[in-house]
Amino acid sequence: MRISGMIASALLAAAVAAQPLAAAEVRVLNWQGYGTDEAWGVEAFEAATGHTVVHDYFNSEQEMLTKLRTSPGAYDVVLINSAFTIQAAEEGLIQPIDSAAISNFGDLSPGLRDAAEFRLDGDLYGVAWTWGLTSIAYDTEEVDPGNSIEILWDPAHAGNVAVRDDSVENVYLAALATGQNMNAPEDLDAIRQKLRDLKPQIRTFWSSEDEWNKEFAADAFDVAVYWSGSASRSAKAFGLPVGYLIPKEGAIAWLDGLSLAAGSANPAGALQFIDYMVSPDHFVRWDTEVGAPASANGVAMNQLPEDAFNRQVLGDPAATANLQFMAPLSDETRETFLEIWEETKAWYAE
Amino acid sequence: MRIETRRRWAIAWLTGPAYLWLAVTIFLPLSAMLYFSFQKKGPFGKHASEFSLKHYEAFFTKGYLQDLMWRSLEMGFHVTGLCILIGFPAAYWLARRIRGRWREALFLLIVLPFWSNALVRVFSWTIVLRPDGVLDRAVQSVIPGLPAIDLTDSYPAIIIGLVHSYLPYMILTCFLSLQAIDESLLEAARSLGARSWTILVRIILPLAVPGLAAGSILIFVPVIGSFFEPRLLGGPKGTVIGTVIEEQFTVVSNWPLGGALSFILLAIVLLILAVAAPVLKNHMRTT
Repeated sequence: MRISGMIASALLAAAVAAQPLAAAEVRVLNWQGYGTDEAWGVEAFEAATGHTVVHDYFNSEQEMLTKLRTSPGAYDVVLINSAFTIQAAEEGLIQPIDSAAISNFGDLSPGLRDAAEFRLDGDLYGVAWTWGLTSIAYDTEEVDPGNSIEILWDPAHAGNVAVRDDSVENVYLAALATGQNMNAPEDLDAIRQKLRDLKPQIRTFWSSEDEWNKEFAADAFDVAVYWSGSASRSAKAFGLPVGYLIPKEGAIAWLDGLSLAAGSANPAGALQFIDYMVSPDHFVRWDTEVGAPASANGVAMNQLPEDAFNRQVLGDPAATANLQFMAPLSDETRETFLEIWEETKAWYAE
Repeated sequence: MRIETRRRWAIAWLTGPAYLWLAVTIFLPLSAMLYFSFQKKGPFGKHASEFSLKHYEAFFTKGYLQDLMWRSLEMGFHVTGLCILIGFPAAYWLARRIRGRWREALFLLIVLPFWSNALVRVFSWTIVLRPDGVLDRAVQSVIPGLPAIDLTDSYPAIIIGLVHSYLPYMILTCFLSLQAIDESLLEAARSLGARSWTILVRIILPLAVPGLAAGSILIFVPVIGSFFEPRLLGGPKGTVIGTVIEEQFTVVSNWPLGGALSFILLAIVLLILAVAAPVLKNHMRTT
């Protein structure tokens, strides 16, 4: 693995040496601690290309869009969830990408690489990078998970469940639990009722991965909604007894892409950075040393150790048969989802 | 005539900067928000501006928004009431019993929380109130074997955090009122045979009403609009109108609904003040 990594670095260096490039900054906008800012990755990229990598961070997708809107030209590479890529492209915040500049493009899983969420008028606006699930994590020492999403509503876990204070996530889960298409649920009253029924179950809301780990370690809850990449980190990096359930009713799947910001001062460097990010070289080290979400690069996934969380849980075709990918949501739908969730929270607070 | 003109210029020069400052910092942002609250959609994206009352209508047609507004008002009354119960005796003690250097030291202790960031204060409370936290351990060390004290994610936790944050306002305003009371009034009452209780209820309390009122307003108004204290200390029990308003801005960029709810909150505050003002005035006149 180390050898393959060295070969990849050498190839990358060779590819860079082939074209005369002025060293410049690559300014990246991403969530903090989400892969692109791993120190070893930044160093390897800087050593191979001579570019300097500078990071800026956002705390919500809305903040990311606001930063792109208010500081045009301030960024080169931006991480955008596939649900927002078309919106950002339509607003002129990002520019089309020439896939020929991405040497790893052919290795990306076609289902993710060619997702309609990344394309506007036939142009490519996002390179599929990582994907993962929002599903249910449980304490392997205390809980027999079964295979149903109903575990969240199981009276055996009353007062022992944690969810995130997020309207879209919770409406999606209730839609899955009531057998609906989460992107276009028709029976909103069923969702309202399902969320209200969660009241006796809920112990707390969590808001960050760090908080989740601390509360789980303090035994504050046994069953909780969690992100697959975070669950992998909790198990690997923190040694917590975290199991991950992909229910038969399905799970919320998300897909993150790397995009090229409009007005980028260094588009060539930006594409090199994106290419390095989707390479097996970066992903395998990221997942083995830190814990990562699943890579959109199928070749990279197959290079993981046999017992890796991503290969074990997300590589199982049967478990992932019922996934529903998050589609773009209109402002009206977001407002409706938020209203349902706030109404539910008002009921929880009573 | 010339003196008259000159005086006018002088007034304009002297008061102008203050009014300009008020206009720029308060009037402009507020009127921009008032404008958005009557728009169908927020300022983002490409769409024509369109007048709409739907965000104000939402408050009157959606029961849960009224429930949350009521909850916030209740929270405001609880916090203000507790601040009076704790703050008034503390101010009385400081103003009339403590003298000299001790008073300065105690004042410093009261004002000290103001110098720390509000978020830091709230997070400190989560450390104190959680199971196996500071409070739990302290109680367990005195009476071992008690069931664990867990106040996280509860209404009492929100009230504790808010009272701690806003108590200094009440102490400081009451202190000013109490200190201004003429000692000879109390001596006169005593010489006429009034007991301490009578002096407190008939003389001191009525004279302290301006301080109590000012403190109550300073506390009540921000508390009913508070959002991060309820969210962080209340968790699933921490939903109030303030958190709903905040989420309109941060989660869905729905400035119009957030603005409309803010102005309804402002209207309710003004209504409460309008009702309270004559009562207070009347009270001060009769005593």
